[in-house]
Amino acid sequence: MGVIDLASFADEVGAHGPVTITGLGTRGGPMDEVRCVHAPAGIEWMQPDEMIVCCGAGTPIDELLAALAVHRQTVALPVGGTVGGALAVGRSDHRRLGDGPVRDTLLQARYVSAAGEVVKAGGPTVKNVSGFDLCRLLVGSLGTLGFLGEVIVRTRPLPPHSQWFFRETTDPFDVFTRLYKPISVLWNGTAVFALLEGHAADVAEQAAASAMSACEGPPTFPTGSRRSVTPSEVPSQTGEFVAEVGVGIVHHSLPCVDPTEGARGAELTRVLRYEFDPTGRLNPGIHA
Amino acid sequence: MSVGLTAPAAALTALATSLRAALSHDRVRTGSTELGLYARDASNISGSAGMVCFPLTTAEVQACVRAAGTHNVPFVARGAGTGLAGGATPLDDALVITLTKMNRVLSVDPVNRFAWVEPGVLNLDLTRQVTKYGLHFAPDPSSQQSCSIGGNVANNSGGPHCLSDGVTAAHVLALEVVLSDGSVVHLGGEQPEPAGLDIRGAFVGSEGMFGIATKVCVRLTQNAPTVRTMLMDFETVEAGAQTVSAIIADGMVPAALEMMDQLCVRAVEEYIHAGLPVDAAAVLLVEVAGLPHGLEADVARIVEIGKAHGAGTVRIAQDEAERALLWKGRKTAFGAIARIKPNYYLHDTVVPRRMLPEVLRKVYEITARHGLLVMNVFHAGDGNLHPLLVFDKAEPGVMDRVHAAGEEIVRASVAAGGVLSGEHGIGLEKRDFMSLMFGPADLTAQAAMRRAFDPLELANPFKVLPSAAACGDVQHVPDGAWV
Repeated sequence: MGVIDLASFADEVGAHGPVTITGLGTRGGPMDEVRCVHAPAGIEWMQPDEMIVCCGAGTPIDELLAALAVHRQTVALPVGGTVGGALAVGRSDHRRLGDGPVRDTLLQARYVSAAGEVVKAGGPTVKNVSGFDLCRLLVGSLGTLGFLGEVIVRTRPLPPHSQWFFRETTDPFDVFTRLYKPISVLWNGTAVFALLEGHAADVAEQAAASAMSACEGPPTFPTGSRRSVTPSEVPSQTGEFVAEVGVGIVHHSLPCVDPTEGARGAELTRVLRYEFDPTGRLNPGIHA
Repeated sequence: MSVGLTAPAAALTALATSLRAALSHDRVRTGSTELGLYARDASNISGSAGMVCFPLTTAEVQACVRAAGTHNVPFVARGAGTGLAGGATPLDDALVITLTKMNRVLSVDPVNRFAWVEPGVLNLDLTRQVTKYGLHFAPDPSSQQSCSIGGNVANNSGGPHCLSDGVTAAHVLALEVVLSDGSVVHLGGEQPEPAGLDIRGAFVGSEGMFGIATKVCVRLTQNAPTVRTMLMDFETVEAGAQTVSAIIADGMVPAALEMMDQLCVRAVEEYIHAGLPVDAAAVLLVEVAGLPHGLEADVARIVEIGKAHGAGTVRIAQDEAERALLWKGRKTAFGAIARIKPNYYLHDTVVPRRMLPEVLRKVYEITARHGLLVMNVFHAGDGNLHPLLVFDKAEPGVMDRVHAAGEEIVRASVAAGGVLSGEHGIGLEKRDFMSLMFGPADLTAQAAMRRAFDPLELANPFKVLPSAAACGDVQHVPDGAWV
């Protein structure tokens, strides 16, 4: 208990001058030539019966998963790196269809603001509409609104059974529409891969009903680009790719141009960043 | 009467002229009957509406907002007016922009499971329209027959089935919003990772203070292949509450986990005659949904846990009619209350599940001390309490006792590690309690969000943020607020 020292973290971030933050460096690492800080690490407390856990943003996700597994629970964050890194980047992994986006995981955050103050967003309960939803804004903000120090995230029970299946098909929706709440459905143009979880008999029956065979795991994801398309555009993908059916993330072998915001949306983003960090000292040069 | 700055009559006259130029005359109302109707929402808090208008399109909403800005009159977006925290109560003769006539389902993608709707579409109407695809809109507030999707977005609404499926924020993919300067912005998108900050997420639950949603893209949820609904009764409220904790701790997330105490069960039973156990101290309504094998295993385990905590009878609905009857009991609880006393005040706080027995004890103690009747009917699985204080407004001094008891309940919930509101929002009702949960720096950050969206502070001003965090130094304390 009491492993998180937010006051020291706030002192380290300070109130003046450019500053950057890094965890394990798995999602891009710190900015070059800028003073670098690290968020506190460690699990403050776990409340398995409330399905919540409080930890430092610098806690490695693997460490958190191992601690939760003792209680047969997990957390819907992509594996690797730190909890704070996963939240600040906000990108889900291939389980998004079943687990939901990363942004739905964060319940409460204590972050250090550009003014060097510790600020709390959200609350410790899963259901909470007390005030504006600042947590949603922090997830995916790449540290430009504040540096996450301590977070409370929701956990979920580990499933009794989990198995990947596949079937050759040129129609990505063929299998997708037959399954009830699959965790993941992937399509590479010639075959569908589906991750099913739950009671073993249900998993087996669903797989049989959609004529799928068990397999070791998902296909290898091409790493040229990670594209975000509307789910209805998945069938029209070409080249070497793995698409997340029902979600719209496409892992492609070729690079792509990142999407841009509409003018008014970009203006709102700019004003929000200015309100939270008027001098642009937090992760300078990064545009969330 | 309301206290505060009232828009000058000249400004209202000029506003009416501008609005009538943009909307047909019959959709701009200034009559005293209508202004009276729109002076409040479903809360006990009254304000004052300067004018009411009914736009039909995004362009008309833009025109209304621009006219309000030109004449420096604040505006309040309003859906069905079912809010319970005064969020849609207009202050200071504000312009009420009512979205109920924008009520079309624009498109449905049954394969990828989302729909574009206008804000005035009623929650249950959306579900009815997509039932043929085996889909539904997951948030299901008790007011779902009459509340609108736009209102759900503004309040980040919940409902019994949000235990497993999440509240409104988890079901909104994209929004078209008219900002207070009259510009239109598209937030989020059908694609999973749009560029920029998650402004869509920040907008949901902003209680009309960030702008007006004119189109909403909602996620639709698959109907479960099998559903089992059961009722368990307990000799003590504590035993029921402990059962709730034990079910979740065992690794199950039922579709819904609701609790009613004895007074509530008796009121409901007199109203709907469903054969409810009126001698029990508490009743749990548990619904499990999913695939058949997992569902049967969960039902068996839940019954086992219930019995271990002293459950008396366990009634499992045998068919859809019986299931509907059990749910009718839960969802008509508020109607049943009218048979006991003419008025009620419904509270909404959240506490950690393990604190439910202790906080419920306090709720009974607080209300007894203030000489008030209380019924509890709530989302136990979420720890979301809804103490319902029932009273007769005609009784002298009763409102003071109702407000005093309410404040103590809110303070007890926050002291137990809970939060101010689970689904009703802050509005005016709990605005001045925000400091129980948030310090000055926390509130400053929330005020910064608001300023980024609405620098002129014309959209639903003086809600949510206590006045120290807003810019105004005038205390707006409308009639009925318990501040």
